[in-house]
Amino acid sequence: MNSNRIFLLVGGFLIYLIIQVLLLKNMVIFGMAFCFLYVLYILLLPLEMKAIPVMLIAFALGFGVDLFYDTLGVHTASLVALAFLRNPWLKVLTPTGGYDENQQPSMLNMGFGWFTYYSLPLILLHHILFFYIESIGTNLFFPVVQKIIASTVFVFVVSIIVQLMFYRRRRGI
Amino acid sequence: MQRILLFLYRIRAFLFFVLLEAMAVWLIVSNNTQQGSVFFNSANQLSGQILNTQSNVVDYFSLTAVNKALVEKNAALLAELEMYRQPTDSNFIQLDTAMASVHQFKGAKVINNSINLSQNFLTINKGANHGIKEGMGVFNEEGVVGRVKGVTKNFASVISLLHTELLLSSKIESSEVFGSTRWDGKDAKKTKLLYVPRHVDLQVGDRVVTSGYNAIFPEGIPIGRVIEVAQGAETNYLDVTMELATDFTRVTYVYLVENLIEEELQSLDPSN
Repeated sequence: MNSNRIFLLVGGFLIYLIIQVLLLKNMVIFGMAFCFLYVLYILLLPLEMKAIPVMLIAFALGFGVDLFYDTLGVHTASLVALAFLRNPWLKVLTPTGGYDENQQPSMLNMGFGWFTYYSLPLILLHHILFFYIESIGTNLFFPVVQKIIASTVFVFVVSIIVQLMFYRRRRGI
Repeated sequence: MQRILLFLYRIRAFLFFVLLEAMAVWLIVSNNTQQGSVFFNSANQLSGQILNTQSNVVDYFSLTAVNKALVEKNAALLAELEMYRQPTDSNFIQLDTAMASVHQFKGAKVINNSINLSQNFLTINKGANHGIKEGMGVFNEEGVVGRVKGVTKNFASVISLLHTELLLSSKIESSEVFGSTRWDGKDAKKTKLLYVPRHVDLQVGDRVVTSGYNAIFPEGIPIGRVIEVAQGAETNYLDVTMELATDFTRVTYVYLVENLIEEELQSLDPSN
């Protein structure tokens, strides 16, 4: 891993965090669809990265987001779970012939179909955990399910748009 | 022994995952108190500064609404002041301390607000250095906003009325019947009034205000207006839905109130 890669990783981390807490925090459609775009950063980490570094990055990112959302620990817990399941899920989805080296598991590199299989379940899991933990102590069921589904769709669509606009093939931010 | 170590090494990712999740759960649990330390949230120095800068920029877009609200509040205060003004020929009587004011007010700006989660908080740009204390009541010209959860030097974190665990002692203005306001987590414009007995004759449109029984707010600050009364699932109480007086989507400036004799009041509480 050369210094350029590290710079891209750290820069991407800060960009995702700042955009999330200053811009997307206030972007909630109909009071239901939240835009937790920062999960895309964890999803698009390089393929060869091991589970422990991914989880550490997820912990830091989730903690940073929590600071601004005043939901201490909730984003952290759900994002670490996503990070833990990311690598096994990547292994399950290995295409015939394996992954190319140093590839980013993005839509541009892997195709729309593959990316949907890859990201949608993980985003859904993250959102289920987040909204479930967040609403513990209340007896809301349907509002939470509505939020989970609406947010998952919203984040998935936005993450595709972001990749089309800001990412290039083979290399990312 | 070696095989155990090898096994542990093989599942190190999972162990690490459990460790991180345990830390996250510990954070969630330790944060889940009504009052206390607020170091790890938006009221700490770093995030507070960032949010303050952001709010300084974004504030320009809400100036018109803020000005309008201030003018309305001023007009109401002027009208109230008119009632207290001394006629020139009356005798002036020095009131004794029993009737001295028990509440002290401060102003602050909201720099962070959320309304869509089930446990919402606000952050304001005043803290311990400005005399803000834990447990102070927060309201604006429309009605109650929340209660201070904790303070840092320059910022404070406020539990919003849109928090499913904040109970607020309230009463129906016309009939003086007491109840508790508690948000049900669904709609940022509505809230529930709990513990109103079945026999109470409640009309749609009745105004609900803070009661004098809580030690935080002065009596009579608006909370909401009754919009729906139903026979609840609980046998003893009505299921009352209120429309909130405060529009939480655009809370920009707030007032904080401190009860100067709160300690004295609490010392009388036999449960202490």
